[in-house]
Amino acid sequence: MFGRDFKMTLSNATVAVRFQDVSRHFGNVRAVDAVDLDIARGEFFAMLGPSGSGKTTCLRLIAGFEQPTSGHIEIFGETAEGVPPYRRAVNTVFQDYALFPHMNVLDNVAYGLMVKGVDRNQRLAKSEEALKLVALAGYGSRKPGQLSGGQRQRVALARALVNEPKVLLLDEPLGALDLKLREQMQVELKSLQRKLGITFIFVTHDQGEALSMADRVAIFNEGRIVQVGRPEDVYERPQTRFVADFVGSSNVLSPDFTKACGLGANWSSLRPEKIRVLSAKEKAARDVVSFPAQVTSVHYQGAITRINTRVKGDQVLSVSAPAAGLALGDKLTLAWPRSAMHVMGGEA
Amino acid sequence: MRSNLEPRAPWGLKLAALLCVLFLHVPLLLIFLYAFTTEEKSYQFPPPAYTTKWFAVVWERQDIWDAIWLSVKIASIATAVALVLGTLAAAALWKSRFIGKDYISLLFILPIALPGIITGIALRSAFNVADIPFSMWTIILGHATFCIVVVFNNALARFRRLSGSMIEASMDLGADGFQTFRYVVLPQIGSALLAGGMLAFALSFDEVIVTTFTAGTGVDAKTLPIWMLDELIRPRQRPVTNVVAIFVMCVTFIPILAAYYLTRDAEHTAGAGK
Amino acid sequence: MSDHVISDARGGLFRRISDWIFRRPNAFLILLFLPPLLWLGVVYIGSLLALLAHAFFSIDEFSGFIIYEPTLSTIAQLFNPANFDVILRTVLMAAAVTIAAAIIAYPFAYFAARYAKGKWKALFYILVMLPLWSSYLVKVYSWKLILAKEGIISWVAAKLHLTWLLDALLATPVLGGPSLSISYFGTFIVFVYIWLPFMILPTQAALERVPANLIEASSDLGGTPGQTFRHVIWPLALPGLIAGSIFTFSLTLGDYIVPQIVGSSAFYLGQAVYTLQGTAGNIPLAAAFTVVPILIMFVYLSIAKRMGAFNAL
Repeated sequence: MFGRDFKMTLSNATVAVRFQDVSRHFGNVRAVDAVDLDIARGEFFAMLGPSGSGKTTCLRLIAGFEQPTSGHIEIFGETAEGVPPYRRAVNTVFQDYALFPHMNVLDNVAYGLMVKGVDRNQRLAKSEEALKLVALAGYGSRKPGQLSGGQRQRVALARALVNEPKVLLLDEPLGALDLKLREQMQVELKSLQRKLGITFIFVTHDQGEALSMADRVAIFNEGRIVQVGRPEDVYERPQTRFVADFVGSSNVLSPDFTKACGLGANWSSLRPEKIRVLSAKEKAARDVVSFPAQVTSVHYQGAITRINTRVKGDQVLSVSAPAAGLALGDKLTLAWPRSAMHVMGGEA
Repeated sequence: MRSNLEPRAPWGLKLAALLCVLFLHVPLLLIFLYAFTTEEKSYQFPPPAYTTKWFAVVWERQDIWDAIWLSVKIASIATAVALVLGTLAAAALWKSRFIGKDYISLLFILPIALPGIITGIALRSAFNVADIPFSMWTIILGHATFCIVVVFNNALARFRRLSGSMIEASMDLGADGFQTFRYVVLPQIGSALLAGGMLAFALSFDEVIVTTFTAGTGVDAKTLPIWMLDELIRPRQRPVTNVVAIFVMCVTFIPILAAYYLTRDAEHTAGAGK
Repeated sequence: MSDHVISDARGGLFRRISDWIFRRPNAFLILLFLPPLLWLGVVYIGSLLALLAHAFFSIDEFSGFIIYEPTLSTIAQLFNPANFDVILRTVLMAAAVTIAAAIIAYPFAYFAARYAKGKWKALFYILVMLPLWSSYLVKVYSWKLILAKEGIISWVAAKLHLTWLLDALLATPVLGGPSLSISYFGTFIVFVYIWLPFMILPTQAALERVPANLIEASSDLGGTPGQTFRHVIWPLALPGLIAGSIFTFSLTLGDYIVPQIVGSSAFYLGQAVYTLQGTAGNIPLAAAFTVVPILIMFVYLSIAKRMGAFNAL
């Protein structure tokens, strides 16, 4: 079955979360459809996909908020289906943080320990420590309403981590933050995960976030996993047009065009930054493909400029080039090494 | 011609609004005035002279104290029943989806949507058919029926503002259903329940129509509003009724103002938590 | 912390119940629903249906016992001149009260919605809420004081040398009476007073939803204030007025205390029901009378729903 070949064969002792043919249907909607997946212990794993692709439902299945319609889920080798969330050593950082507004920060963090019956002094001490871990020491007496978005995010993180979960789930945790804060939190999350060695499972629709933080990425589309691999694998060697398009907006080349480049008649992908604009006197080297093209639009983006061009027939190529003083309608020659083209499977 | 954009209202509109406010409030103020009149046989205006003796008279009247005590008992028990049932109904309706949900929500507001006389006579004939003797408990049953609606409305409005992920977060952190209710849900809906309970108490304390239908004839039928109704139809010492009216107004105003501030403040804090 | 990721089934009673709830959310939902549904669905709706069923029974003229055989004769009795008078009088009164309440409520609601800001707005809200929630009997009582022959209205009329006007009013055939507190005028005023807040609140809510920029747009397009009112504000405020009228109409239909305390001896629907079930012991006819407001309100509500009044509630 499609998708099964992504399953990394891990021995039971190293699997943190295992999905075996898991489906979750809501009426006629197949939110998650026959997913097989192994996530390794200590891994920083990203689930990437557009909204409605099933990644969040997968996260909720691990947390226990949803139960699979069919299939089998294991967490650290133990059967998880039918087990309520409060019996799982799995904690979640919610998209809206879900801090309890009627408790102060310290009580929020200590909540998990309190309901487990840890005595007061011990749980407050541990919570202070957790706040220190996320650089919020001294904020314990504030109410969540008095914190900034970034600070609330850290509280949510501390509140989950203080329970020493085996798996930490993060549901679009950076989505509500502004760009600068988001970049800073990416670095911090990554180093925190290294330090603690906990398995992090991270849901996002932002491919940049997934690629920069994760050890491995699973790409979701329409309830299924379309590709799993290390960031450079999914980026450089997308297996389907969907992946090529979704991860870093590759140029997707038609079978005809691929053939014209001297490869088989299959769909292929080509990253915009691999394409060079040749000057008039430059000659294409060996193993380099070159085509004349015409500029259809120019988008200045700061460090680079993205130029959309039309090449041979209907094929559209976008090119990332340093600001080059090109204008609409300009004719130019584009060139790229044949090895930069990645030929995809026949399907999709 | 852009008078609609001007921040100042036309004087005609101001006057109309002012007259409306006077119309709403002057009658209530007159109640206070008449509590001090020396005239006890008629409603003569202006009062011939003023006295405070009626407050002392009321203090001595055992029948008034009995009526107050009965009203308090009935309102308290009806409110307690309504708090439990109204909260259960709101909790069940919140987030659940099923066929016929709209009809169930309609059912939960029907006792207030229909005129009280219909609720009253329906219950009365049911008591007759079922051979239930009229007592304090039949009054409580009647009052609880519409008190449920008030609690239900208040609780449901607050439930809807409660973020769903809050409950998931609590379960995720290891709290079972009961712990989640006690530590997360209850503190956040608490003030709405208190407000709903106060309104229910005020409504029950003041209710006449349903009471006349569900009450028997004995001593345990004479709630404070029933006592007042008797006085209105067959007046004896008229200023005494005024003193009692002032008391009733205070008993209902205080919970209503408190309920207003409770639900208003909650809007600020709940909004800040997100 | 244990090495197990999933904690086993140990734990107290509460935790076991929680587990049960988690596995059977629907059963739990039914358990939550059961008590309130039993109360309202069985006790309340059951009583209502039992009452309505009585409208199709009749009473034995001599023994006074109810004959439990389906018949339309009781319903037919509603059309006796005496009974029909009661219904007509009540409906006319409800209509008059509704119209008067709308006329008084509108300027107040308009002022509160468009011109009152901040603290004033809160004050206006409380100014409506207090009379709305304050004791019903106290409110009726206050008007008995005002309308009495020796009361404040007569006094004011005398001071303004308008006693002739008051006398002329009371001399009106049918509607007048020996004093305001024993006339149709009195009943009418008290009804308007008591139900007025129920008209103000939905109207104000509807007016508040009229965006200010809509009014600006209308005057920007050259509309005079009059045109703006007629074509923009009025249609948008109408659902609020209709929502308010649901209350004023329904409440007037069912009330029997006000006409008993302030008014002539003419009967209203509520009083008819009250006496029929009480002293007369004619439950079937009383039930037939209650069908009238239920039917009227049913028709009224379906019209109101079509006009979008429910969103203004």
